Amino acid sequence: MATSHSQSLGKWALAPSLAVLAGWAFVPLAIAIYFSFLRYNLQNDNTGWMGLSNFYYFFSDPYFLKDLINTILLVFFTLVISVVGGVFLALLLDQPFWGRGIVRILMISPFFIMPTVSSLVWKNLIMHPVFGLFAAIQKFFGAEQPLDWFASVPLLSVIIIVSWQWLPYATLILLTALQSLDEEQKDASEMDGAGAIAYFRYIVLPHLSRPITVVILIETIFLLNIFAEIKVTSAGGFAGNLTYLVFSQLNDANDIGEAAAGGLIAVVLANLVSYFLVRIVGKNLEA
Amino acid sequence: MARKQSTNKKIIVTILAWAIGLAMFFPIFWTAVAAFKTESDAYTLPQNWLSTPWTLENFGIVQDRSNYGLYIRNTIIIALLSTLLGLAFAIPAAWSMAFAPVQKPSIAWSGKRWLATIFGTAFIVGLVLYAMNWDLTNHAVIGFVALVIVTLPVTLWVFSRNTTDALLWMLSTKMMPPAGALIPIYLIFNRNGLVFKDWGWVDLTEWNLIDSFWGMVPLMMLLNLPIIIWMLYTYFKEIPGEILEASRMDGASVWNELTKVLMPMAVPGIVSTCLLNLILAWNEAFWTLNLTNKYAAPLSFMISEYSSPEGQFWAKLSAASLMAIVPILIVGWFSQRQLVRGLTFGAVK
Repeated sequence: MATSHSQSLGKWALAPSLAVLAGWAFVPLAIAIYFSFLRYNLQNDNTGWMGLSNFYYFFSDPYFLKDLINTILLVFFTLVISVVGGVFLALLLDQPFWGRGIVRILMISPFFIMPTVSSLVWKNLIMHPVFGLFAAIQKFFGAEQPLDWFASVPLLSVIIIVSWQWLPYATLILLTALQSLDEEQKDASEMDGAGAIAYFRYIVLPHLSRPITVVILIETIFLLNIFAEIKVTSAGGFAGNLTYLVFSQLNDANDIGEAAAGGLIAVVLANLVSYFLVRIVGKNLEA
Repeated sequence: MARKQSTNKKIIVTILAWAIGLAMFFPIFWTAVAAFKTESDAYTLPQNWLSTPWTLENFGIVQDRSNYGLYIRNTIIIALLSTLLGLAFAIPAAWSMAFAPVQKPSIAWSGKRWLATIFGTAFIVGLVLYAMNWDLTNHAVIGFVALVIVTLPVTLWVFSRNTTDALLWMLSTKMMPPAGALIPIYLIFNRNGLVFKDWGWVDLTEWNLIDSFWGMVPLMMLLNLPIIIWMLYTYFKEIPGEILEASRMDGASVWNELTKVLMPMAVPGIVSTCLLNLILAWNEAFWTLNLTNKYAAPLSFMISEYSSPEGQFWAKLSAASLMAIVPILIVGWFSQRQLVRGLTFGAVK
C-alpha cells in the first residue's frame, strides 16, 4: 500500500521525533556517565578524576542499602495491593448494579490527584496522630494512644498513599480487559455447570493474565520513581528510596559525581524491568 | 426464584461497590469539606463536621498567601504548550508509522557489527583525545562532545530501524528513570553552565533554564512524547488504509489526504491523547519540585510549599489542594475510558 513516495515522506515525518528522543535518551546518559567518574562538588567544583570511587561511596553510603530495600518493599507491596485489589474491584465493577457509572468515577478519581496533594492530605487530614481521621477511628474503638503513622511506620504510610493512587489504575485497566471477555464464554461455562470459582480460575484469570502483566510492569516503572510522596511528607530519612537518595546527594550533599553514579544505578535497575515490558508490548504489536 | 436470587445479588453488589467506591473517594471528599471550614473547625472535623459553619475565606487566603493565580497560569502554560509541542512532533511520526511503515531496517548489520561500531568509535575518540593530551576533567565540554560522538553510532542505529523496532525503542525512552537524568538535566539547565562553561565562543552567561518555561515545556514534552506517539499510533492504526488509497486514486495530494481525509477521522484520538497528556503534565511532580521554585512553578510546587506547617493550616491546605485538583479531576472523569490505551501503550484496549 505504501508507495515509495510516502515512504520517503514518512521517514522525514518520523525523523524529528526520533531525533529529540535520541537526544533525550543519550545526551543526559552520556553526561551522567562522564560526571560519575569525576570528583565534582557544587562547592569546590571539579577536582579531577575519581575512577570508580563515586560508585564505591554510593554503595557504602549507610542509606544505600536501606533505601534499596525501601525501594523494593515499596514497589512490591504496592504491586500486591493494587493487583489483588484491582482484580477484585474490576470483577465487582463488572457486575450489573445500580449507579455503576458513578461508583466507577468515584473509584478512579484518586489516580487523577497530583502526588503532592495526595501526600499532604493523607499525612495531615487522615494520618495525623491527634486530629486525623484514622486517629478518630482508633479513638472511637477505644484506643488510648492512636498510631502516629509517619513517626512509627513511615514506609507503610508511604505505601498506603501510593497504593491509593495506583489501585484505581490497576482497576481501570483490568476492568477494561474484563469487558472484552466474551459473554458467551460465561454462558457456556454456566451450561457446563462450572461454579463461580471455576469460572474465575479457568476463564477469567487466563484472560486477565496479560493485562495483569502489563499493569505490573508499567506500575513498576512508575513506582521505582516515586519521589514527591517521600519528599513532601519529609519521610526521606526513614522511608527514602533510591530516587530520593539521588535527590539528597544533589540537594543536601551537593555531590554531583556521587549523585550521577547513583542515578546510573537507578537506570540499570529500571532497565531490568523495562526489558521485559518492551518484550511483552512487542509481542502485542505483532499479534 | 432465579430472578429473586439475582436481585438479591444485585443488592449486595450495589452495597459493596458503593461502600468501596465511597471509601476510595473519601480523602478527596474530606479535603473538599475541610476547605470550606474555618481553621480551628478543620481540626475538629471528624467529630462534628455537620454542625460547624461553612466559609469561603480559605480560598481568598490561599490566593493572597501563595498567589494561586500565578501557579495555575504556570500549570496551564506548561501543560498546554507541552501538549501542543508534543502533538507537533507526534502527529507526523504516528502518521508515518501507521500508514507508511518501514518493513526492513535500512542498515541491516548484525548486532556484533553494531557493537563493534559503537566501541570502535568510542575507542578511536578516546585515543585521539589521549594523543592530543587534552585534560578531560578541566575541559568539561570536550568530554561532553566526546560522549556525544560515542552516541552517534547509537543514533545511527535508532534511525535505521524498522517501524516496530522504532516504536519499541521510543517506548523504552519512557523507562529512563528521572533519578538518572536529574544530574545531567540540572547541569544543563543551570546558569553556572557546569557543562558549557568552557565554551568560549558562545556567550552563555545569561544561560539559565532552571525555573523557566524554556526549560520546563520541552522537558515535559520529552517526558510524555513516547506516550503521545504510542497512543496516536494505536488510533491511526484503526483508520482503514483503503480510504487513503481511494483518496489517492482520486488524485488527492498528500496534503489533502492529511487534512481532508485523515484529520477528521483522527480527531477523537487526538483529543483523548491531548487529555491524557494534560493529566500527566498537570500532575508531574518530580521535575517541577526539582527544577522550579518561583517564576515557572506549577501547582504541584505550590502545594509542596504547604508541607512545612506554620500554625493551623489544614483548611488552607485543603482549599489549595481542592483548587489544584478540581480542573484535572473533571478532565479525568470525562476521558477515563480513553486513558486505558495510552496508559498501557496500546497493550490493553
